[in-house]
Amino acid sequence: MNSDAPSAGPFNQSLALRLGPNQRAWRRFRRNRLAMTSAVLLASLVTLFLLWPLFSRPGLAPHLPPGMTHAPNAVSDAQFQPPGAQYWFGTDVHGRDLLSRVCGGARLSLLVGLVGTAVSLVIGVLWGAIAGYCGGRWDAVMMRGVDVLYSMPSIIFVIVLITTLNALLEKWQSGPERLSDAAVQWLQFIALFGGLGAVSWLPMARIVRGQVLSLRHRAFVEAGRVLGAGHWRILRRHILPNVYGVIIVYLTMTVPSIILYESFLSWLGLGIQPPEASLGSLIASGSEQINSIRIYWWLIVFPGAMLAVTLLALNFVGDALRDAWDPRAED
Amino acid sequence: MYFVKRILFLIPLLLVISFLAFALVRAVPGGPFDRDRKPASPEIERNLRAKYHLDEPLWQQYLRYLGGILHGDFGPSLKYRDHSVSDVIGQGLPVSLTLGAAAFCFALGVGIPLGFFTAARRGRWQDYAGSLAALVVICVPGLVIGPILVMLFAIKLHWFPVALWGSPWHAILPTLTLGLYFSGRIARLMREGMLDTLQAEFITAARAKGLGEIAVLVKHAFPIAVLPVLSYSGPMLADLLTGSFIVENLFQIPGIGVFMVNSSLDRDYTMVVGLVLLYAALLLVLNLAVDFAYSALDPRVKYE
Repeated sequence: MNSDAPSAGPFNQSLALRLGPNQRAWRRFRRNRLAMTSAVLLASLVTLFLLWPLFSRPGLAPHLPPGMTHAPNAVSDAQFQPPGAQYWFGTDVHGRDLLSRVCGGARLSLLVGLVGTAVSLVIGVLWGAIAGYCGGRWDAVMMRGVDVLYSMPSIIFVIVLITTLNALLEKWQSGPERLSDAAVQWLQFIALFGGLGAVSWLPMARIVRGQVLSLRHRAFVEAGRVLGAGHWRILRRHILPNVYGVIIVYLTMTVPSIILYESFLSWLGLGIQPPEASLGSLIASGSEQINSIRIYWWLIVFPGAMLAVTLLALNFVGDALRDAWDPRAED
Repeated sequence: MYFVKRILFLIPLLLVISFLAFALVRAVPGGPFDRDRKPASPEIERNLRAKYHLDEPLWQQYLRYLGGILHGDFGPSLKYRDHSVSDVIGQGLPVSLTLGAAAFCFALGVGIPLGFFTAARRGRWQDYAGSLAALVVICVPGLVIGPILVMLFAIKLHWFPVALWGSPWHAILPTLTLGLYFSGRIARLMREGMLDTLQAEFITAARAKGLGEIAVLVKHAFPIAVLPVLSYSGPMLADLLTGSFIVENLFQIPGIGVFMVNSSLDRDYTMVVGLVLLYAALLLVLNLAVDFAYSALDPRVKYE
């Protein structure tokens, strides 16, 4: 066993198999055919999203079918073209190819989901671990804070955070030292990530706190303390490794929910700003085009289907991870 | 005794929540009078701020607000200045309550039987088909399914009205849009609860004494297996009853879900605090009710 392996676990089982609980979980995960299929699907989707902009490069474009070679934000005269040979997913109000916009949007949505999850992970784990480890009065105060935040509608927090950060940004822009447009766009992204992460850390904090609370008086933790380990070292080396499984499982559920939340924010116009688009803002601009004369169904169905497929794959992987880390699971 | 304590604890909790919301919306740059039809001159804005006591220190404003609440007055809306917050909520809330309750019944009515059925048929094709359906519904959010339903059933087939609120006929598409996601969540919770419960020893005992499979599932497993659904129902109902921005916006329904978003965008301070208080009170009371129902349903649960 290497030194990073958890210092405790289902002791008799891991002794019998000479594998740590994390390794055994990983082995169970690989045996789950549905999970591996979804993981492969997810990986190939991500690869496709990442490689898509390359297809419009002049060196590659002549060798590919014309439907694949549109640049994401290139405007053309072909407005509202239904899906066909030239435009596989059709075009939007500005004659932009929807397929390349969907790929770009999915890339942004996934990025937002991952970074937002990372933010919520850091806040949630730190908050929960500190509350659980300190216990007593600190625990009570910190968890009552979580209770209070839980009882408020999260959308108001997000709006307050994002509008505050954007207003600060505008103030900077009116000052003597102007930022470049790219920098402003990045700062807006960061405001969005921060806002999303800041409202989704509550369940994580509760879960981690519960786990830490049940671990902190176990014999191996006391042993570490007797050997003179500091608080930080005990948390990092003895307690948190035992919580990893729960954290990973919870993370895979957080990514889809943050992607959903971002699509909601983009729908409100608070998320990704044009000309960039996420899946949510694509769906939003599609539903603006609903009218009783012409039905532009492709503007909603394709981004919606891409969102659904991505979320489905994420959910399958998440379910399989949860089964794999279930302490009652058997090999 | 335990529940009396919990109820008394709601009061300080609501006070903290109201103060937090009160301070939070005022911390956002900009004010409620920025978005008026034309920018107010400094004197007019100063007068407006004075009229609504926005020029006082924060704690004084808050105490004034609390004093108003004691008389049942949640203050005037700063955006719709001829209306009080109570007026706006009083007009929109019945609509949101009706729609939310319909979606809640739909979610439970579809989710519980689906979850029960898939668990009873575990590992067979019915299980895979039902579980996949529940997952797909979770992955297609309202902002996708809503427009698709409108395009298909309202514009193309003319079965239902496109938007607005009035007859039960108008309520069907919004109810589906709002309830489908939750029915999927409920089905998954129900299935998991059943699978967990069916491994318990009292189920083995019930089978050992020769009970039929249906009696085991319905009479012995179901009351315990439905508990996760019950604890999810509290927050879910609070979310549903306070309205959904997406559904109300898409179908032009005059509920309060739209105000929840727009009031915080408009810095309509009093409206935000009123809505936050409404949501929090609803959520806390529902969670309390869930815990109460828990102790009634599960004989193993005892509260100190």
